[in-house]
Amino acid sequence: MPMPVQIRFFASLREALGAHEQLQVPQGATLGEVRDRLIACSPRHAEALARTRTLRGAINQVMCDEASVVPEGAEVAFFPPVTGG
Amino acid sequence: MQRVSIQTEDFDLGAEVAALRAGDAGVGAVASFIGTVRERIEQQGDGQHEGQSVSEMELEHYPGMTERSIEHMIDEAMRRFDIRAARVVHRVGRLAAGAQIMMVAVAAAHRGQAFQACEFLMDYLKTQAPFWKKETTPEGSRWVDARVADDAALARWGIAAGNATGAAA
Repeated sequence: MPMPVQIRFFASLREALGAHEQLQVPQGATLGEVRDRLIACSPRHAEALARTRTLRGAINQVMCDEASVVPEGAEVAFFPPVTGG
Repeated sequence: MQRVSIQTEDFDLGAEVAALRAGDAGVGAVASFIGTVRERIEQQGDGQHEGQSVSEMELEHYPGMTERSIEHMIDEAMRRFDIRAARVVHRVGRLAAGAQIMMVAVAAAHRGQAFQACEFLMDYLKTQAPFWKKETTPEGSRWVDARVADDAALARWGIAAGNATGAAA
């Protein structure tokens, strides 16, 4: 059963892909699998989310590694390394 | 008292420190840090941006996650160090060259723990709080690159940052 997840992008990813999108992923998908599904969406996604780029991800507003499982209805975010302070 | 503020307005460190230690007679030391917009980009690894002058900076963040992640950092600092209170203020939006970007202040009984907790909070914030800086120079705008040295700074405290160099896991 596919489940919907809300995707958010920030900084350079937001400029390339927009701030929000919704995606259907299989139950039990990991953060890395969500990234792969996004990469398959369009050449623009493939470029912005390419595996050669260091990106970070969050599930429900907590930093997570790509092996983390995405729960149903989660808010998933991808963004470049952070540069605050 | 509120521990974390994300705001477009400027802040007053003196007023923030006064509020931080108000009513706590056990405070004997306050350590603080302010980050400001540097007008000149220091030499980068690629050598392409050496000496460019920054006229403005734009700060983006992830509302909600930002506050939550900094609250978590302060909880962690309270666990690790003998401190009495901490405050973080971080600005977002457009900031002119020379402007204040953010501050951390920590109150403790003695200076050692205050200094350490202040540095810990800065190392943590640099690599774990979702902020992104975009600099405007006469040559155009560019997103600031994360620094490997900031990951190394957090590693001193036994925490893998996984920021500039990718996920730690």
